[in-house]
Amino acid sequence: MALALFRKAEIAPPPEVEAASLRSDRFRLERETDWLRLERIVEALEKNRLRRIPDDDLLALPVLYRQAASSLAVARETSLDAATLAYLESLVRRAWFQVYGPRTSFGTWLRRFLGGGWSEAVRAMWLEVCIALAVMIAGTAVGWLLVARDNDWFQALVGDMGQGRRPGAGREALAETLKGTDSGEGLTMFAAYLFSNNTGVTIMAFALGFAFGIPTLLLLLYNMAVLGALLWVFVDAGLGWEFAAWLSIHGTTELLAILLGGAAGLHVGRTMAFPGDRSIPSAASEAGRRAAQVMAGAVIMLIVAGLLEGYGRQLIEQPAARAGVGGTMLLFWLAYFLLKRGRPAPGEP
Amino acid sequence: MNAAATLRPHVAKRHRELVTPEGLALPLTIAGRGARAGALMLDLAVIVIGFVVLLIALGAMGLGVLEATAQDETTNPAVEFVAVMLIMLVFLSRYGYFLWFELGPRGATPGKRALGIRVAARGGGRLTAEAVIARNLMRDVEVFIPTIFLLSGIGSGLGAVGWAAFVWLAVFVLFPCFNRDNLRAGDLVAGTWVVEADRRKLMQAMSLGADRTATYRFGEAELAVYGEHELQVLEGVLRQDNPQAQRQVMEAICRKIGWEPGAGDERAFLEAFYAALRARLEQNMRFGKRKRDKFDGGSRQ
Repeated sequence: MALALFRKAEIAPPPEVEAASLRSDRFRLERETDWLRLERIVEALEKNRLRRIPDDDLLALPVLYRQAASSLAVARETSLDAATLAYLESLVRRAWFQVYGPRTSFGTWLRRFLGGGWSEAVRAMWLEVCIALAVMIAGTAVGWLLVARDNDWFQALVGDMGQGRRPGAGREALAETLKGTDSGEGLTMFAAYLFSNNTGVTIMAFALGFAFGIPTLLLLLYNMAVLGALLWVFVDAGLGWEFAAWLSIHGTTELLAILLGGAAGLHVGRTMAFPGDRSIPSAASEAGRRAAQVMAGAVIMLIVAGLLEGYGRQLIEQPAARAGVGGTMLLFWLAYFLLKRGRPAPGEP
Repeated sequence: MNAAATLRPHVAKRHRELVTPEGLALPLTIAGRGARAGALMLDLAVIVIGFVVLLIALGAMGLGVLEATAQDETTNPAVEFVAVMLIMLVFLSRYGYFLWFELGPRGATPGKRALGIRVAARGGGRLTAEAVIARNLMRDVEVFIPTIFLLSGIGSGLGAVGWAAFVWLAVFVLFPCFNRDNLRAGDLVAGTWVVEADRRKLMQAMSLGADRTATYRFGEAELAVYGEHELQVLEGVLRQDNPQAQRQVMEAICRKIGWEPGAGDERAFLEAFYAALRARLEQNMRFGKRKRDKFDGGSRQ
């Protein structure tokens, strides 16, 4: 009660309405208590202090907002008080942003996202996923074939990234590079580094889709050509299975995330190139929002991949166990994307 | 009448009328390119200064993180933890900083707030989390990659490839200059735009002072010389409350209406003239007659 009294005292009562000689001033004085009340509610909302707002204020918010908006419309036609008009415009705008602001909390959003929003967005861009997959396979094949024909291509494609994995390095040297480490030291940092690096690549694959998707395709092609070149080196040395297992423990998750990032970029690019009967901006924004969901999911996958690569691959040494983990992850993701159906959110088609 | 008509031309160009779902016309002003660039600089400065402070603090704590990350063979758990935190912090400041703040109820990063602008959904809809994510993912090629490109200076040494990359990145960076709404590529993809969101306090009306109609009586001809623009200028002068300016304005008005300016009653005179002029202009306004400024003949709209 004391709080309520204190709050009421905050809004200074306006001067006597009758004292005003101008009609527009009387109009203002009659309404300014409501405006100030709305301003106080909006301010609390902007500061995210929902609990500080009393219930009756929250209930009154839509009414106060509409009143202020109609006050603005009337004042524009009847008042020449520039300061009052500017105040009303700013108040109505702020109130509108709060009334039509984001209504979901992070928790609700995440639940809806994991409970079907993500898998549905992935399924909605099945065509781009297929294109990206085809490009990635083609990239691997190109890398393989180039190095198989001429070993010099390896240097051009992989450069110094190979860390001793190069053609003619010898079976033992190559097998050494696939080994894990015995202790867990330094692995957290390694995982964190891998995650932030891979996420950067995936986000770039998405963002480059803006230019009609072509740079995304090139990025996918190049990255997979590197992989194809490495694959040839190991198969050539008779270590194909070990390499595949070494790669798959995290690679099934990581490559799938990169695939999704590329597909999301392609989706935006393709929609902008062929918007159908919508305008380019509206088509692009629709595709962009869907792609954003897929990208948020890809980042989650890359966290998982970073942990698998940083810890799992270094601590598990048996090729069969590595492949087992990788295969399980692949099955899990595929099952999620293909089978998970979300409930439609209330109020949305 | 049109609200944009009373604005200065370069602001009027950025003026948009947004129709809300309940059919109200809401005036919006698209944020200028300068304000947006300034907000970005502020945000980047916040991030960089934050990191410098953090590193100095860590250095003062004697952890010597920088050397430890360089030779990670000899790590101890505490240093490794700090290094992991640093890697994650770099990641979060690059992708999370803007996302976190723009998802909040203000829809603006600290830099945007400082310059009075915010993110909004284009076309009057709700600003969704997906839209904010999409616009901030695009920020990577628009801001961070060009910055790294310029800082590393590879543009100068790479010849044709460097120039091609430079032109390519310039397309993204200059994107806001080539459309009416100052949209950057991320805004286009996300369906958002950045608008001005200034906060104003309700100020006292200048016509609510003491009733001076007995002291100063202005005739129809005396009030007919000025229009709405002059009224607003007068309102500004009264709000500033600078005696010298008030004296000059009073002399100008007296010259115009053929009065002899007195001394010591500048404010009282100006308040009375403001109230009388506003009463007249508002009365005409109710009959659909508006006078934009002193050159306007008083056309009926």
